[in-house]
Amino acid sequence: MSHDNPTFVPTMLQDAVNWAQKYSLFTYPFATACCAMEFMSTMGPRYDIARFGAEFPRFSPRQADLLIVIGTITERQAPVLRRIYDQMPDPKWVMAFGVCASTGGFYQNYTVTPGADQVIPVDVYVPGCPPRPEQVLDGLMALQRRIQEHRGHSQAELGNTASIGYRDRRHLPVLPDGTSMTLGADERMPKDGRVR
Amino acid sequence: MAQRVLDILQERLPHALLEAGSYVGDEMALIDRDHLLEVLTLLRDDPELDFAMLTDLTVVDWLGQSPRFEVVYQLYSLRHKHRVRLKVGVGEEEPECWVPTATSLWHSAAWAEREAWDLYGVRFRGHPDLRRILMYEEFVGHPLRKDYPQNARQPLIRRPDAPSTDDQTTRLLANSHDRRVE
Repeated sequence: MSHDNPTFVPTMLQDAVNWAQKYSLFTYPFATACCAMEFMSTMGPRYDIARFGAEFPRFSPRQADLLIVIGTITERQAPVLRRIYDQMPDPKWVMAFGVCASTGGFYQNYTVTPGADQVIPVDVYVPGCPPRPEQVLDGLMALQRRIQEHRGHSQAELGNTASIGYRDRRHLPVLPDGTSMTLGADERMPKDGRVR
Repeated sequence: MAQRVLDILQERLPHALLEAGSYVGDEMALIDRDHLLEVLTLLRDDPELDFAMLTDLTVVDWLGQSPRFEVVYQLYSLRHKHRVRLKVGVGEEEPECWVPTATSLWHSAAWAEREAWDLYGVRFRGHPDLRRILMYEEFVGHPLRKDYPQNARQPLIRRPDAPSTDDQTTRLLANSHDRRVE
């Protein structure tokens, strides 16, 4: 666990915060391809993702803390995915749903990004083409363990998310080339302001 | 059934018709590029032919042959319910890699020709708005050409700390025959 001030009280508080967050994930489904059908099945009453506290998809990234990348990400779409991730409030997690989002899948060509992790940090990879709902739930439980253990990418960046004022990302690590994990202001959007 | 179409073409525009044939019920005609618009106009406007619909417009890359590209027009007549396939040979060298646009005859040609330009680099002379339609503007080359390197990637964006892939793109693109798109 990484804390700025690893005293007893914040540690317990951090555990409590993580426990609360892992059982109330607000998902943003970034559905681009056929895997969305399996996602709908997972959301439905038969498999019932509500048992894990993640039943409520928010169709705005600004109200979500779990980004589920469902389907193929093309090179042309990658900047859009990056912008959506940047818009989500901290702390946030990403699940790559299916092999296309994980590695590009069987698309090895000029147009498909070889995995969403080329663009955004991914916490959990769920393989399958498409994955069964059971696999998705298994991935969600893996993510919950990861959240509880404070090992999510954004949690590692932020440090102590139980402390007041962590949202200003003062403690973001600076990468060797001088940039932070989140892109610089001039890089977030294409230069001409259009979404390509 | 559409043999009649080829007969009319042979009768009216014999100088434009380089080759005509039929294979498993599909009538095909190889057209001289200089007379392509004449042929297309006749096919669309003649009441006996009446090809009101351009179903598709595609390109075939015969790498190593000359001419290298073949632009293929699939036409359909809504009234007579017959079809015909036209092919036009297009050379690879830059000043010759073009065909006249069919946008003045069928509006559906506009996007199909943009796609053909985007993926194969065949220019359509006279097209009102010949831009890329599927790939992004920053893309270099034409990806469905047979000499486009198979593993080349041209990402718009990458995480600064992204897991590095086997990135041979620069070398492959440098060695390919692709030209930067103006």
